[in-house]
Amino acid sequence: MLLTKFKKEVEDILSRYPVKRSALLPLLNLAQREEGFVSEPAMRDIAKVLELTPPQVFETVTFYTMFNLKPIGKFHLQVCKSLMCALVKSDEVVTWITKKLNIAPGQTTPDKTFTLSVVECLGSCGTGPMMQVNDDYYEQLTEEKVGRVLDDLARDGNCPLKSGPFMYPLPVAKP
Amino acid sequence: MSQYEKILLKNMEQPGYTGSLAEYEQAGGYQAFRKVVKDMQPDQVIEEVKKSGLRGRGGAGFPTGVKWGFIPKDHPGPKYLCCNADESEPGTFKDRQLMERDPHQMLEGMAITCFAIGAETAYIYIRGEFRLGASILEKAIHEANAGGYLGENVLGSGRTIKVYVHAGAGAYICGEETALLESLEGKRGMPRFKPPFPATHGLYQKPTVVNNVETMANIPHIINRGGQWFAGIGSPPKSCGTRVFCLSGHVKRPGNYEVPMGIPFREFIYDIGGGMRSDKPIKAFIPGGASAPFLTPEHLDVKMDFEAVAMAGSMLGSGGVTVMEEGTSMVWAALRLMEFFYHESCGKCTPCREGSSWLVQTIQRIWNKQGRDGDIELLSDLCKNIAGRTVCAFGEAEVGPIQSTIKYFRHEYEALICEAQATMPRNKEIPMLTL
Repeated sequence: MLLTKFKKEVEDILSRYPVKRSALLPLLNLAQREEGFVSEPAMRDIAKVLELTPPQVFETVTFYTMFNLKPIGKFHLQVCKSLMCALVKSDEVVTWITKKLNIAPGQTTPDKTFTLSVVECLGSCGTGPMMQVNDDYYEQLTEEKVGRVLDDLARDGNCPLKSGPFMYPLPVAKP
Repeated sequence: MSQYEKILLKNMEQPGYTGSLAEYEQAGGYQAFRKVVKDMQPDQVIEEVKKSGLRGRGGAGFPTGVKWGFIPKDHPGPKYLCCNADESEPGTFKDRQLMERDPHQMLEGMAITCFAIGAETAYIYIRGEFRLGASILEKAIHEANAGGYLGENVLGSGRTIKVYVHAGAGAYICGEETALLESLEGKRGMPRFKPPFPATHGLYQKPTVVNNVETMANIPHIINRGGQWFAGIGSPPKSCGTRVFCLSGHVKRPGNYEVPMGIPFREFIYDIGGGMRSDKPIKAFIPGGASAPFLTPEHLDVKMDFEAVAMAGSMLGSGGVTVMEEGTSMVWAALRLMEFFYHESCGKCTPCREGSSWLVQTIQRIWNKQGRDGDIELLSDLCKNIAGRTVCAFGEAEVGPIQSTIKYFRHEYEALICEAQATMPRNKEIPMLTL
C-alpha cells in the first residue's frame, strides 16, 4: 500500500542499485517520512518488494538510530548531548525544553505535537548548542531562541530560524 | 583574519555565491574535468594525484593516489566509487559546509575519480541527518547531468558516470569504509575483516574506492594546478595541501577554517580562532575529532600535520579541534565521549561491545563519586584489552580519550575516588548503575 502510493519513487530508488537489498535504507526512510515511524506492515511491504524476509528488514531497522519503531510526536526535537555541544551547555537546552513543554527526554507531549530526544553528535559542533527538529537544524540556541522555535512550530508548523546551507563563520564582506 | 590562500573555501567565500552550476562554471569549475577527459589518460590522473601527496581527509590519512592505484585495471566487471559523506566524528563539521555551499566542487572531484579508476557508478553516502545537504546534492547532480558532466556520454567521451545520493540512518560506525559498504548494501553497518580490502572486494564484492568529501573536493584543484603545486603547500613531504579544520569548544570564534597543514595549534586556536572565549587558559584540547587522544597546553606548539601530531601521541584524524578551558573536569569530558562510543559501538567484536559498556559504567561511577580503589587500574586494563583487538579502528578510538585523560589528569580521577572513599558508607553494597 505504501509502495503503491509511491510507485514512481520506489521505481526510481530501485533503478539506482544493481542489488535490490541496497534500496532498503532509502525505502525505510520513505516509509518513515510518510508515517512518522517504521510500522510492521511497512516492513513487510518492503521485504516483499526487495525479496527479503521480514526479519532481514527488522534486523537492519534496529541497527540504525534514526528509525522509530513507535509513533512519535509531530515534531521530533533531538538535542545533541555529545562533548562538543556539552561544553557550550547543551544540557541547559534540554532543561529549557523540559521546562517549557513539561516533558522529559523520551517523552511526547499529550497533544502529540512534540517528542524530545537527547542524541549523540549531529555534526554541528562549531555552532552548538543545537537541535534537530524533523529535517531541520536549529543552531546556536539560547533560551529565547528555543522558546520561539517551539512557539512557531506549534502555531505555524514551521520556523524561519532553521539553518540554511551551512557556513560558519560567514565571510566578512570586504569594504 | 587569515593570510593563507583558500583553495576549497575560495568560491563559497565570495559574497552571494550559492553553489549553482552556472556560478561554479564561472569560477573555473569543471575545467579540470574537461582537461582530464580531453587530454589525459586514467593512469596520468592517478600519477598526478600520487605526485600531489594528497592524503585522505576522513581520518585515516591514507594516500589517495595510492588507494586509486590498487584498483585492478583489468577487472572485467563494474567498479565503484563511494564518497564518504557520513561525517559523524564528534568535533567535525567541514564536509557539511563543503557539500551544502559548493556541491559541484566535490562532484567534479568524483567525476574525475570515476574517470581515473574506471567506475561508471558512484554513490555519495551521506549521513541521514543531513537532509538539507542531501537535497542540495540531488539538485547539483541534476544540474550536472543536464550540463553533460554526469550521466551518459559525459562531455562527448562515450563514458557513463552516474552519481547517486544514498542517505544513511544514524550510525557513527558507517563512516568506517567497510561498514559504509555494508550499509550501502542494505545491511547492518558492521565493519568487515580486512583483507581483502575494498580496492579488490568492495561494494558488491567489486573493486571500490571510498574517499571522503574533502578529499574529493581537492581533486579538481590538483588537476588544474598540478600535483607538484599541491605538494608544495603545507608541510611536505608527508602532509601536503590545506585542510579545513573545524574549531569548537571554549573558543571565541568556532567554525571552519582552511589553513595549510603544518601551522602550530597555538596559531590556529589563538590567531585564527580568537583564543579562549573567557580568557581562561586552555586546559586540554582534542586535535582531530573524538577519536584522537587529548593533548595539553604543552603541545600547543605541535604542528598541525599528520606526523607531528602522531609524534605527540595523538592523531590529526578528521581535523576537528575541540578546546577545553581551565575548570572543565576531564573525567566528565572522558565520560561524555565514552557515552558516545558506548552508544555507537556496532556490537560485532566482543572486546569493543562489552568493553565499552564496562568503560562507561566505571567512569560513570567515578564521576558520580562512587568510585572504588583500583578503578583507574581497571580502566587502564580494559583499554589494553580493547585496543588492537577489534576488526576496525573503533577500538583504538574509544580508549584514546580515557588513556590520555588518565595520563595527563590522573589526579582528577584520584580525587573523585578519594572523595567517594571518604563519604561512602563502609558496610553498604555498592549500587548497580544503570545506563
